[in-house]
Amino acid sequence: MPSIRKPIIPLAPLPRNDLGLTIRAYEGSMSTLCAGCGHDSITAAIVRAFYELSLPPERIAKLSGIGCSSKTPTYFVSGAHGFNSVHGRMPPIVTGANAANRSSIYIGISGDGDSLSIGAGHFVHAIRRNLNMVYLIENNGVYGLTKGQFSATADIGSASKKGKANETPPIDPVSLALSLGASFVARSFSGDKAQLVPILKAAVEHKGFSMIDVISPCVQFNNHPGSTKSYHYVREHELREIEQEYLPPSIEITANMSVDDLVKVRMHDGSVLAFRSLPNGYDPRDREAAISYVAAARKANEIPTGILYIDEDAADLHDLAGTTETPLVDLEFDQLCPGSAELIRFQEAFR
Amino acid sequence: MQPTDIEDPNFFHQVVDCQWACPAHTNVPEYIRLISQGKYAEAYMENRQSNVFPGILGRTCDRPCEPACRRGRVDGTPVAICRLKRVAADLAGDVTEMLPKSPAQKNGKRVVCIGAGPASLTVANDLLPLGYDVTIYEASRAGGGLMRTNIPAFRLPEEVLDKEVNAIVNMGATVHYSTPVMSLDVLRQANFDAIFIGSGAPRGKDLELEGRTAGTANIHIGIDWLHSVAFGHTEEIGKRVLVIGVGNTAMDCCRTARRLGGKDVKVVARRPKKYFKASPWELDDAEEEEIEILTNHAPTEFVIEQGRLVGMRFDLLEWNEGATKSNVIDSVLIPCDDVILAIGQENAFDWIERDLGLEFTADNMPIVDGKTMQTTLSGVFMGGDAPWGPKNIIWAVAHGHEAAISIDNYCSGKLVTERPADGQNLISQKMGISEWSYHNDYNPSPRQQMNHVELTKRFQELALEVELGYSAEQTAVEVLRCLNCDVQPIFKASSCIECDACIDVCPVQCLTITSGEGTLDDLRSRLSAPSTKPDEPVYISPLLPQTGRVMVQDENICVHCGLCAERCPTAAWDMERFVLQLSYAGAATMKGGQ
Repeated sequence: MPSIRKPIIPLAPLPRNDLGLTIRAYEGSMSTLCAGCGHDSITAAIVRAFYELSLPPERIAKLSGIGCSSKTPTYFVSGAHGFNSVHGRMPPIVTGANAANRSSIYIGISGDGDSLSIGAGHFVHAIRRNLNMVYLIENNGVYGLTKGQFSATADIGSASKKGKANETPPIDPVSLALSLGASFVARSFSGDKAQLVPILKAAVEHKGFSMIDVISPCVQFNNHPGSTKSYHYVREHELREIEQEYLPPSIEITANMSVDDLVKVRMHDGSVLAFRSLPNGYDPRDREAAISYVAAARKANEIPTGILYIDEDAADLHDLAGTTETPLVDLEFDQLCPGSAELIRFQEAFR
Repeated sequence: MQPTDIEDPNFFHQVVDCQWACPAHTNVPEYIRLISQGKYAEAYMENRQSNVFPGILGRTCDRPCEPACRRGRVDGTPVAICRLKRVAADLAGDVTEMLPKSPAQKNGKRVVCIGAGPASLTVANDLLPLGYDVTIYEASRAGGGLMRTNIPAFRLPEEVLDKEVNAIVNMGATVHYSTPVMSLDVLRQANFDAIFIGSGAPRGKDLELEGRTAGTANIHIGIDWLHSVAFGHTEEIGKRVLVIGVGNTAMDCCRTARRLGGKDVKVVARRPKKYFKASPWELDDAEEEEIEILTNHAPTEFVIEQGRLVGMRFDLLEWNEGATKSNVIDSVLIPCDDVILAIGQENAFDWIERDLGLEFTADNMPIVDGKTMQTTLSGVFMGGDAPWGPKNIIWAVAHGHEAAISIDNYCSGKLVTERPADGQNLISQKMGISEWSYHNDYNPSPRQQMNHVELTKRFQELALEVELGYSAEQTAVEVLRCLNCDVQPIFKASSCIECDACIDVCPVQCLTITSGEGTLDDLRSRLSAPSTKPDEPVYISPLLPQTGRVMVQDENICVHCGLCAERCPTAAWDMERFVLQLSYAGAATMKGGQ
């Protein structure tokens, strides 16, 4: 824990976003994670992305379960709503909150243990329902909070701090999400904000479940030679073939921006996700292609990063349930609860 | 880009803006920390090492350090460095035991200093402990030079002056008071091993206008008049006084005039206020004492009636933008009883024979080497206001240190150009995890205001010091405003894993990891926070092991809070105190310390 809070230095007037807020308004408490934790870099990327998107802090809901990763929401946007839930139970809480208030911006921060061990059941169903949220997995392949046991994402052959190699096959959150039909699947690296910030922005603007698997080295227990989730290993094996740029609605797409191989995805709010550099013949809207690309890279010990798949047309939870456009929290009581007579009439319909 | 050479003491020295700006390179952050710890005597001695007269300078320094202070870039007002120096001096107690001493065994070399002002006294201060025999000739009946004759006692109490002058004289200098040197040639025949001329710029400029001679009884040359007041020869002045000139001498004259009976005292300037030479705080002090400051008035005539000065006539000027050209728009008469001329000082070397080999320029100024202080006459050195005209005390001290090195070299048969190199020491300030031996948090307090004696009391006693000094509470706050610029973030590239923790936690975004390719301007254009001061250095690391990029720290905006080092998992960053090991006469690196 740092000796001091990050001070406000009146050095030069800080730039302000469309809401008139400085980036400092998107910060939270000082991190109590280990110095050098990848999670802190992800926090900084979230702060930057939310600031640049001019998200109103009071419209943000940040939720988490248990683990080092789940401490993260404390460290960004102090003015947002927050819910630190039970281990692995963040997705049901978001489901409930989103059902009641579809107008909020939901970001769930989870880890490899929280999402792929204890919370795997909830995770897959949240994908299935295409819950409109950003679901960020801070993936370090290790249980840092309990001192370094392998997690469900540890690769075969990856060594623990004491040198023992893992023998159990890993769950790859990207492959899992793709196979379940997630509508936005991305992978990034905590040490690469230039890539992570635009991915976060697109994820916020995507309508549906945005899964971002962020490899986030654990400096304390998984940053040694032999680990496949260390800063060094990820830098050596990262495959950055997919590059994307998030263009907010205000930016007009001009002719000189369209190159032949540029793939543009128009998002529901009018913003555009432009893919600039892609592997030969790759289309991030083609799920089968994405699945085979990820599988091939995996076989070659490569870690492809970027937005690997996106489907802007998939129906989300509210579309599937046919709920009203008005957030339930904004409905008058008698609309929300039409009374016993209406209930009886409704039940009669099932006879 | 080449990585920054941090072995060169100049790199970190220039980061400590106050120390870099101080002609004598006083270690300001260190003495401020000592004050914050209540170690006033140590703070005094830290000062004395480089600036010799902490008590005097704590009241009168021109403060080149303060406009340079990093704190000024952060919240607009620098740390009150000068005020804190006075705190150290006022509370130091008896430091006699800590003062340098002259050894019993002398080295047999005899040095003579002309004038007992700050430059000569510094030479004596540096040479006496090395065993030199130092003789000083002084024209006045007491030592201190302009510090005594030109700075009024209400700004610099006599006992403060005496204490610091005597600290040097009592080391064993032989001082001949009331003994002006009339001939350099005669002095040379006394066979001293070296001569130092610190005779100042003792001649005030006159204003030859109509009526000057007829009105002479009531027209005074500023520095002569202040001298006369200082030694009690002048005790009163007329009720209506005009002071011509707007330098610091003019401010001392007008304020002194208020204390000797002047009721309506005006300072009259040719140019607009922003071109005034006086320090802003001295102008403020004068205005607080109800002194009117008139701008755009060019004197044209001393008006004499019945053989007595009754006023002065001025052209009222209208200046262009930049005040390079003016038009006369009117002529005004300002009635007065006395006029004090404070329009500059000149050097006077009528006592230096021109056939000795000591050469002068066409403007009748001596030719002196700016680094060695040597004149064109071997073994004759010069410093203070004498060689280049009026500067200020702290410059005289800096000259004195350099001259002492030269004299020591000269007397030991070394070349005066063989200057000992400055050194540096870097000491980690880490006390434990997230724990530093300095106060690293940013204190948002504003600069503390000096308390003054009430206006009504000031004019009752000439020598009553106006500034009361900081209270204990004010001192406690002001010391924490210092940003500890000497505690440097030092980066070890080979340990860096590029986790970005330092970059994310930096409150001013002064850190960047970027490609080391291209020019410095390219690199500056890629910094996390816009680079606004291209003359401030950036600290560029060697290539980082994982990606071959470089770490860049923009020194201009760093506030030395140490958070980068606290969040660094591999201790690639450390906060280390930079100690400049300044060279003084007699030792390559006498200064150091922990």
